[in-house]
Amino acid sequence: MSESNSASPLFSLRNVTQQRGDATILRDLTLDLPRTAVTALIGPSGAGKTSLIRLLNRLDDPSSGEVLFDGKPITAYPVFALRRRVGFVFQRPTMFEGTVAGNLRAAAMLAGAAHATDAPDVTRVLDAAGLDGSYATRDAGRLSGGEQQRVSIARALMTRPDVLLLDEPTSALDPEVAERLLTTVARLAREGGVSVVMVTHRLSEAQRASTFTVMLEAGRLVEAGATERIFTGATHARTRAYIASTE
Amino acid sequence: MIAPANTLDVSYVGLASASALVLVAVAISVWQQLGLARGFIVGAVRALVQLFAVGYILVYLFLHPQWWLVLLALLVMLVAATGTATRRRPGKADPGSRRRLWTISGTAMLLSAGLTLAYVTQLVVHVRPWYDPRYLIPLFGMIVGNAMNGAALAAERLASEMESRRGEVEAYLALGAVPARAAAEPVRRALVASLIPSVNGLMVVGLVQLPGMMTGQILAGQSPLLAVRYQIVVAFMLAGATAMTSVIVVLWYRRTFFTPAAQLAVRVAV
Repeated sequence: MSESNSASPLFSLRNVTQQRGDATILRDLTLDLPRTAVTALIGPSGAGKTSLIRLLNRLDDPSSGEVLFDGKPITAYPVFALRRRVGFVFQRPTMFEGTVAGNLRAAAMLAGAAHATDAPDVTRVLDAAGLDGSYATRDAGRLSGGEQQRVSIARALMTRPDVLLLDEPTSALDPEVAERLLTTVARLAREGGVSVVMVTHRLSEAQRASTFTVMLEAGRLVEAGATERIFTGATHARTRAYIASTE
Repeated sequence: MIAPANTLDVSYVGLASASALVLVAVAISVWQQLGLARGFIVGAVRALVQLFAVGYILVYLFLHPQWWLVLLALLVMLVAATGTATRRRPGKADPGSRRRLWTISGTAMLLSAGLTLAYVTQLVVHVRPWYDPRYLIPLFGMIVGNAMNGAALAAERLASEMESRRGEVEAYLALGAVPARAAAEPVRRALVASLIPSVNGLMVVGLVQLPGMMTGQILAGQSPLLAVRYQIVVAFMLAGATAMTSVIVVLWYRRTFFTPAAQLAVRVAV
């Protein structure tokens, strides 16, 4: 991670409210996300999990309140540079036309790699995302959902991000494929030095892969803390009820 | 007064008998219960009134050519075309975006049709005086009519592509792409869609049907070869003007889909 103070939170939200039309998606949210390997955002549908991570690389801005990244207002960073430092993987992967390698190189070009030699090595990045080198020449549009999700992760890694935001990356995958993807994400965070913030509706994933968990409900923060504590001794009754309901 | 001596006149009796042909359409509509009889009758009456009104205005302009009157007529045509180009939107459009689209289309047509008209009348045909309404008004009508279709097609296609490719556009943005890169494919597709009629028009001109202006000149007693030369100028002029209009509309309209912070503006396609 860059020249930041390792004690300061990775992201801080200060009184963040998000309106969309008449609906309030996030309500006066104040929260610190620590510099931990994997942070999980959990909570029932409509809790505002996706809306929250969209604020972290400015795909959206809050209606009011402030988001800090590395201790500075997120709006103080040039938005294009910020998005290369804070990668985003969508719930439903969208492949660009062409091969897997073409998808990855497109991302590298956006990060300013004018020549192929400046860009991260495609094979190594594919490997980090759990795909072998033979995928490079395959048509990205013809891959399975799980493979496309891995290509999405690899594509996001091509800009050499410090943070990877994952929006329910396993929701469209069958349990076995989801399991393997999660292992890849955990390894990336552990060995690649990338901080991962992951939205998930599978509590088993949050419990196994994350070290910090945030529980949201109806746009409000219910509680946040070390994953082990949240799953074994949540202080808030709503968290306990939610965990119990999905077991 | 205006037609050359060798042109056959259409008398008012002749005009009345031509209305029998519309009555055929009305009769078919009644017979097949299409519900279009009223539309045909109202349409025929409107065509009659509008064309005669335009005819009298043109006669006045031709007899009293004034540069400002000619420019005023061109402006009225431009405003009418802009209204038509931006009218056929699905109901979802918010008034703000329709007003914006009106400004975009109107400015695009003003620039491209104005430039094309100036180029053709002053450098190709050498119209003297420069504002001779006999040339400026029909040529501008053809340019603006085509530009209008190009603008409408381009805007509609861009809006639908931005909606259907929202995931791709946002995937590019999330990687740090500038909006121009993120929307490159919707822009390309919108431009192709709006320019294909121009390409097809050039391909089949004279083969499928004789273009209206050429037909008019031949009916008015001009040499077919002069009519052909004019038609070639017109075909090239329409291709250029439509391309210019489309590219201005698409590139400007694209900007309205993004916020200053390169986020997708939250609104449905217009």
